[in-house]
Amino acid sequence: MSNGRLDNIIEPAADKNESLVLTPLQDLKGYLFYHVGRLILFLITCTSVLAVLLIFIFVIREALPFVKGASIVQFLTGTIWHPQSEPGEFGALSLVVGSLYVTVVALVIAVPVGVVSAVFLSDIVSFRIRNIVKPVIELLAAIPSVAYGFFAIKVLSPWLMSTFGFPTGVNALNAGLVLSVMALPTIISVSEDSLSAIGRELREASYGLGATRYETLFKVIIPAAHSGIIAAVILGMMRAIGETMVVWMASGNATQIPSPWWDLSQSVGTITATIAGDMAETPKGSTHFHSLFMLGVLLLVFTFCLNMTSEFFLARAKKKIGKMA
Amino acid sequence: MKKMIAFGLIIVSLVSASHLTAAEKETLQIQGSTTVGPVGEAFAQYFKRAYSGLEVTVQKTGSSDGAAALIDSRCDIAMMSRFMKPDKEFKLAVEKGVMPVAHVVAMDGVCVVVHPSNPVKELTSEQVREIYMGKITNWKELGGTDSAIVAISRDTSSGTYETFHELIMEKQEMAAGVEYVSSNPQAHARVSTTTGAIGYVGIGFLDSKVKALKIDGIMPTKETITNGTYPVARPLFLFTNGYPKLGSMKHRFCTFYLTEAGQEIIEASGFVPLTNY
Repeated sequence: MSNGRLDNIIEPAADKNESLVLTPLQDLKGYLFYHVGRLILFLITCTSVLAVLLIFIFVIREALPFVKGASIVQFLTGTIWHPQSEPGEFGALSLVVGSLYVTVVALVIAVPVGVVSAVFLSDIVSFRIRNIVKPVIELLAAIPSVAYGFFAIKVLSPWLMSTFGFPTGVNALNAGLVLSVMALPTIISVSEDSLSAIGRELREASYGLGATRYETLFKVIIPAAHSGIIAAVILGMMRAIGETMVVWMASGNATQIPSPWWDLSQSVGTITATIAGDMAETPKGSTHFHSLFMLGVLLLVFTFCLNMTSEFFLARAKKKIGKMA
Repeated sequence: MKKMIAFGLIIVSLVSASHLTAAEKETLQIQGSTTVGPVGEAFAQYFKRAYSGLEVTVQKTGSSDGAAALIDSRCDIAMMSRFMKPDKEFKLAVEKGVMPVAHVVAMDGVCVVVHPSNPVKELTSEQVREIYMGKITNWKELGGTDSAIVAISRDTSSGTYETFHELIMEKQEMAAGVEYVSSNPQAHARVSTTTGAIGYVGIGFLDSKVKALKIDGIMPTKETITNGTYPVARPLFLFTNGYPKLGSMKHRFCTFYLTEAGQEIIEASGFVPLTNY
């Protein structure tokens, strides 16, 4: 019975009395299809690369007039941002510092919470619960940032004012808190993946040597997965530093460096929020307009460096796992 | 070949004929102030719907660029949130044979607002200026409770900021600690949720959740803004080269603020109309 069926499958091929050697036309056709196909796929893949290149070129081109017209040293070291006055003052340092403030606050909260959650999900909780909890955490990433912003203004800001007696509820702390929640799904997801990628062997070997669960986790698993965890932290950091809507709504947008430096109840302004807030109504072609693109270049450089660093650590994590397997 | 030429000629004549029958097809180039921009855009929307075939383009590039565009005949109507500078723009315009005529379409009034629980009812423009310059930092210096003042400003590119900056700040820069929000509703929301806050919004955004302050003893109302007694108000202009030909699209556009629909648009944009239907 099974033999007959096998014959049926083979038969048609055997039936054809075609020679195995292709005709020149078939040969050419195959050659063309192969190469044209590759070319089309290559071009499709190129669109995203092209988009990145075009963004770089466009932003840098629009920033060039500013570099020529104004002092770049003042831009990087000055703290007075009065783009509208005559002549305008373009000191972006307070904006850079503002971006760092909210990002650092976000990371200080999100990294411990994120890594601990990832460890819990990968090593401690049962697989069934993990399969419920992880999608829910990833759902956090799907909430639009404007919704987070509303939460920051309507809920968090009054709460901060009434609980801590801050004069203003939109400040570095508020923006940092919301950003930390927004960075959590990235951090948890990527670190959990890298923790899970450390195979059973390592865990069992550790237990086999008599290590407790605590020792296994903190002396074996987390050190083994550290490249992936660092990459997760950097990805979370990029999420925080590049976020616009929430910081625009929740940070207060004051162009100052808080003094004393630890006072998170003061408003800060960030690079992203300044670009978004000013771009709409700035006269095209003015120094102010070009200064915003210069801020864009600064932001691009930041995220580019962060991205490179995370790529480096992710590649290392992969290599390590490859070696172990 | 001849046939083709003849055919081509027919097509050309047809196209030009249809062009002639659509002689009403006019274009309006409007350019200038970002403050007047929303009014210009809303007017343009209305005109596009009301007159099919009319093409209106509105570019918000700033008052100075609006003036330059009118002088260079690059636009039909220039939107400006200030008058033309007499020594520079006006003179240059006349030299180039352009006679700028101003049409005041609306008034822009900016109300200084605080949280309803704030006992302070009245400030002088100098006091408001000193708050925003960081010289006054506590409400008790102004007869209020002992609490820090949170100064909230609009983003520096907005027209509301421009008005405030010119008429209250007298072009002096604000302190670094001043917070910026990007829209009138946001300024309203921030002031209504922060007890120590002071902010400013267009008169269209006043309600019971914020308290408007008397400035130099005058309460901002439509009357005090239109009759010029309220100090933080200014007229918004459209400029044309000469008075537009009566009945032309340009004329209709520049006088649209006199109609009921125009008044509604101006009110919806947060400005004070000059008419009162």
